[in-house]
Amino acid sequence: MSEKLVFDAPEIMIDRPTHYCPGCHHGVAHRLVGEVLTEMGLVDDTLCVGSIGCSVFIYNYLDVDAVEAPHGRAPAVATGLKRAHKDKFVFTYQGDGDLASIGLAEIVHAANRGEKISVVFVNNTVYGMTGGQMAPTTLVGQKATTCPDGRCAEEHGQAIRMSEIIGGLGGTAYCERVSLDSVKNIRRAKKALRKAFEMQVNGTGFGFVEMLSACPTNWKMDPIAANTRIKEEMIPYFPLGVFKDVTKDGEE
Amino acid sequence: MSEKKRIFIKGNEAISRGALAAGCTCYFGYPITPQNDIPEFLSTEMAAVNNGEFVQAESEVAAANMLLGAAAGGARAMTTSSSPGVSLMQEAISYMAGSELPGVIVNVNRGGPGLGDIGSSQGDYFQSTRGGGHGDYRTLVLAPGTCQEGYDMMIEAFDLAFKYRNPVLVLADAIVGQMKEPVTPWEPKAADNHGAEDWCIDGAKGREKRLLKSLFLEDGALAGQNRNLQSKYEAMQAEARADVFECDDAELVVVAFGSIGRIVKSTVRRLRSEGKKVGLVRPLTLYPFPSEVLRDLAKQGKRFLTIEQNCGQMVDDVRLSVRGIADSEFHGHMPGDLPGSDDFLAPIIKHLED
Ligand SMILES: Cc1ncc(C[n+]2csc(CCOP(=O)(O)OP(=O)(O)O)c2C)c(N)n1
Ligand code: SF4
Ligand SMILES: [Mg+2]
Repeated sequence: MSEKLVFDAPEIMIDRPTHYCPGCHHGVAHRLVGEVLTEMGLVDDTLCVGSIGCSVFIYNYLDVDAVEAPHGRAPAVATGLKRAHKDKFVFTYQGDGDLASIGLAEIVHAANRGEKISVVFVNNTVYGMTGGQMAPTTLVGQKATTCPDGRCAEEHGQAIRMSEIIGGLGGTAYCERVSLDSVKNIRRAKKALRKAFEMQVNGTGFGFVEMLSACPTNWKMDPIAANTRIKEEMIPYFPLGVFKDVTKDGEE
Repeated sequence: MSEKKRIFIKGNEAISRGALAAGCTCYFGYPITPQNDIPEFLSTEMAAVNNGEFVQAESEVAAANMLLGAAAGGARAMTTSSSPGVSLMQEAISYMAGSELPGVIVNVNRGGPGLGDIGSSQGDYFQSTRGGGHGDYRTLVLAPGTCQEGYDMMIEAFDLAFKYRNPVLVLADAIVGQMKEPVTPWEPKAADNHGAEDWCIDGAKGREKRLLKSLFLEDGALAGQNRNLQSKYEAMQAEARADVFECDDAELVVVAFGSIGRIVKSTVRRLRSEGKKVGLVRPLTLYPFPSEVLRDLAKQGKRFLTIEQNCGQMVDDVRLSVRGIADSEFHGHMPGDLPGSDDFLAPIIKHLED
């Protein structure tokens, strides 16, 4: 009786044990999506397009209608779904292997067409679900199971910067890169999500939010070291900021 | 006779108009010969006639996944392509079958393997009737042999897709797609989506959330889903149909589908006029295959000759249909060469006299 609830999850978050590893940022990203959908009053109008990766189970955590897309194809599935239901809120939730490798064509063309959908892009620089292989976003020097000596620029190329690509497309309405490594950055991430989601709701167009995220398991780090890695290694290569905002005069 | 107005159009246009009559509201596709008339026609007519959506996708991979998305939303949606493009769609078709999503995929079959040619072929019979992608699944397959059937079968395809919550393939070919014939357009009764509003995703207002997926990881879940799919495929067998022509007193029954079935029909007519006892079974559904029709004929002691424009694919299904009672000979007309009705005289006469 004397207990006082001081912090709670919005109703959209399903209360169940998580399957994510300790320190994984997918849970944080899910929560931000849930909070923004709730605050914008979108829960009953939301159609979630899941992808293939550790977050394939997003439907276990968010109490909204959902469909599972093949690996990389979520933006195409979302295109079909949004065209069929123009008055609903459609978003995809994708990892970096999913979006920046196998699904590169789908994300670029959905953005370029200006599909009125929102994309949550969780970049943890690794193929998490399949056990830590090199991703298109793996940093030069970073070790992964398919480049145990570290990514080599000459042999493997360099990490792809997706927000720079998406921000440069004519159809993109909003594009921002944020990070989930600190409270301050998580607050900023929520604002970015809200901005991108609003662009869909008011019919402006395609919204894209890249979240630099931790995969402590495959980085072989504890959660605190993983946060430090985001700050010291990822942010310098993947600069945070707004890459496109059509509601502002002139593009950044 | 009907006073309905006939129009003189290509098969590809008949397929497009049939889709519009069926109430299709979403089209996704990528250019490939010999089906380009379809997206070209629908790029304006989809919006004009059905107030629908037309998207030229970045690839057939994307087109099929757009179809998956629209289907998840409960829309009457379709994509069209030709052989190499349909190969690219197989992953999405497998996901649709696994997630039980309805959608119509038209394949205007061209020559293969590889880039093949842009002429007519029936080389995609196996891909169409054996699922085509990964996993144990089937799609219903309709095979038009005339432009009118192209129109009619689109209406049927959408109805079957929703009736069974399953992808439906319309396997046409370059001959059907490119030839012009008189077609009598007709409007079906209001589209019946067989309760799609009870499973589609359209926002969970006032109801439990819904989930459309093909991943089944819990113990026993995938086995259960596979059993569920298999019993659905069993129920689909009731849809098997064939055009049975001059078979009553025939000694030799030719089995041929699509445009080749149509051409062989001319050959059979000519041989009949010469008193030869030959008939034709032209399967209209390739999956389910009209096995009962063939088995009944086998029981009457008939012999069989399967003719296809490929190197021998449907003949396997004919043999399976009559197994234990009869067998089927095979005559293959190579893809890459356009056949006429004369081309089939010699093989039919040879097997009649055997
Ligand atoms: C067509 C296909 N190829 C490969 C796979 C195997 N696969 C599953 S998840 C995954 C990578 C996921 O990595 P990412 O998108 O970065 O997500 P994360 O798990 O890191 O969040 C791969 C390659 C698949 N499911 N389908
Ligand atoms: S493997 Fe990585 S991305 Fe996947 S749940 Fe664990 S920490 Fe998260
Ligand atoms: Mg990843």
